[in-house]
Amino acid sequence: MASKLDINVHHVTRVEGHGNIVVRASDGRVERVEWQVPEAPRFFEAMVRGRSYEDIQTIVSRICGICSVTHSFAAIKAIEDAMGLQVSEQVDKIRMLLHYSEQLESHALHVGYLVAPDLLGQKSVVPLVASHPDVVKTVIKLHRTGNQWMEDLGGRMTHPITIKPGGLSKLPTEAYLRELKATLTGIVPDLKTLASVVLSLAGKLPAFERPTEYVGLVQPGHYSFYHGDIGTTDGKPLPVGQFEAAVNEYVSPQSTAKWCKWHRDAYMVGALARYNLNADNLHPLAKETAKLFNLKKGCTNPYMNSVAQVIESVQVVEDSLLIIDDLLTRGIKPETLKVTPREGEGAGAVEAPRGILFHRYSFDKKGNCVKANCCIPTNQNHANIQKDFEALVPQIMDRGQDEVRLLMEMLVRAYDPCISCSTHYLNVDFV
Amino acid sequence: MTKPRVAIFDFACCEGCQLQIVNMEEEILDLLTLVQPVEWREAMSDQSEEYDIAIVEGSITRPQDEEKLKTIRSRAKILVALGACATMGGVNKLKNNFEMDEVRSCVYGKDGTMPHLNTMPTKALDEVVKVDLKIHGCPINNKEFAYIVKCLATGKQPVIPSYPVCVECKQRGNVCRYEYNEVCLGPVTRAGCNAICPSAGSWCFGCRGYVDDPNVQAAREVMEHYGKTMDDLKSRLLLFGSKQEQTNG
Repeated sequence: MASKLDINVHHVTRVEGHGNIVVRASDGRVERVEWQVPEAPRFFEAMVRGRSYEDIQTIVSRICGICSVTHSFAAIKAIEDAMGLQVSEQVDKIRMLLHYSEQLESHALHVGYLVAPDLLGQKSVVPLVASHPDVVKTVIKLHRTGNQWMEDLGGRMTHPITIKPGGLSKLPTEAYLRELKATLTGIVPDLKTLASVVLSLAGKLPAFERPTEYVGLVQPGHYSFYHGDIGTTDGKPLPVGQFEAAVNEYVSPQSTAKWCKWHRDAYMVGALARYNLNADNLHPLAKETAKLFNLKKGCTNPYMNSVAQVIESVQVVEDSLLIIDDLLTRGIKPETLKVTPREGEGAGAVEAPRGILFHRYSFDKKGNCVKANCCIPTNQNHANIQKDFEALVPQIMDRGQDEVRLLMEMLVRAYDPCISCSTHYLNVDFV
Repeated sequence: MTKPRVAIFDFACCEGCQLQIVNMEEEILDLLTLVQPVEWREAMSDQSEEYDIAIVEGSITRPQDEEKLKTIRSRAKILVALGACATMGGVNKLKNNFEMDEVRSCVYGKDGTMPHLNTMPTKALDEVVKVDLKIHGCPINNKEFAYIVKCLATGKQPVIPSYPVCVECKQRGNVCRYEYNEVCLGPVTRAGCNAICPSAGSWCFGCRGYVDDPNVQAAREVMEHYGKTMDDLKSRLLLFGSKQEQTNG
């Protein structure tokens, strides 16, 4: 039977932000496959000009609700780089601890609320409450734990308050850290439950392979989310200060959206990229979880990004427990926050749950921003999603319109895209 | 009694306010006993053109979004603005301090003249259509959200605080941020957040907008007492769009 496809998904659901899928195929030939992003652009890099270094984090955190902690840290690291500020080891560790809360919260939300309905044949998480109450209960517990942890250290769920240039506006007490240690130890069985549920459904993840370049933070001996250089599976790492040479933003001839490429025509960022770069440095329980799934370093199936997120959820909890022990051994020492602004330029990079994020700012001598540049993970993934589509559709086109549509939507969701983030400067107009 | 049908939409925003709804976890199920969600792109695959209550996050930055909002308004009996972007433009209003052509070329360089990158000065929802109710904050407080939805579903008028953040801040026993030599917007900002920022060691950013009839004279005296200028205050008032107009509800 000659395959004919006419798919026009106007706004993929259960993703953060607006994205469209367009496929045209007839007589077994793919005529058009496009991943499009119609989100309203917001021009953050223009808006922050003239604002004080004290207010930058507050503004750019609003680039994205679901990655607000990561945006805050990318900004703060860039500001501290520009002004030559060093933070104490204590602040550095507490920040990493806060950063991990967002990884757990976001991964639980993505795997549990956004991806699981596809694997269980539902349109949202709501019907799962009745059909799979234990699964939903586990996901809620993990999601809530991540959120509460974020609120306790950041002052609020979403758009953290405590992250300030030069330090933190509020330090946790040792009593709180002991409490957090007990909470995180307590959710290890829930993480195992989540892993076994995803494992039981992993057979429904399409077996699709397409080798590409994987990019993420690398720091020798660590599975890094917060420190390090820009690593790639295709070459040598680059210092964060040179991130523009890694992302190479360009305008695609077939789309008006800006895309990124480094050594090939596209690259992938996110959990699978981090895994492919850093899997050797996982902690024991995370390694054990990876074994369950038989996920090998060098995996080229983008649908496995959700599995890598499950493994990372275990990793961040294990690493957090080590950080807490270290902080408690040294004891929390009071610090005062005092910064004298100066003229300068700096860059910062951290891993958002959905991939590496870069910020760069320049400041005048009063500490007011004169120039900004942000390069967002989902933006870096757009070209790779497009290339996956081009490879995937010919392989599956005889499966009928509905299944092709579902598999393409699942692919977009697997990337955990955060489209609000990426559209501070990209937009395609559609009718 | 049939449950009111609720649809959630978003325009230019970070979707952080919808995230606060997701963050309610199983408490959402309580709300589902009162209302019937018919469209919520971030969480469900269903879409609908029929609804009683429209909850709209984000601000309006493009002509086509202005038209879409008018359509939503025409279909909904009640339109609720969700969060600072919707209630007063939010951080998106920072763009209005620049010329639009300049904003486009700043971000896109020579590509900035392409027609699809057109942008207009940011508008809060009530600059385009009638808004029946505002849920303040950046992000919103999900307890307040639940309270307001329950009121709407049962036909009650929600009570939103009309006193400044300083009241809640004092109740929490915080040391005034001005004592730390900071410029805090607590004196002119609508309460209801339980002074969340000062309680986390920071100044108030004014994300809930002006309190009704802000006491500008008192704010002026606070500024003078601590050696600050009204320009310091105005600069910070710009962040969430408060400077453009005083909100009244």
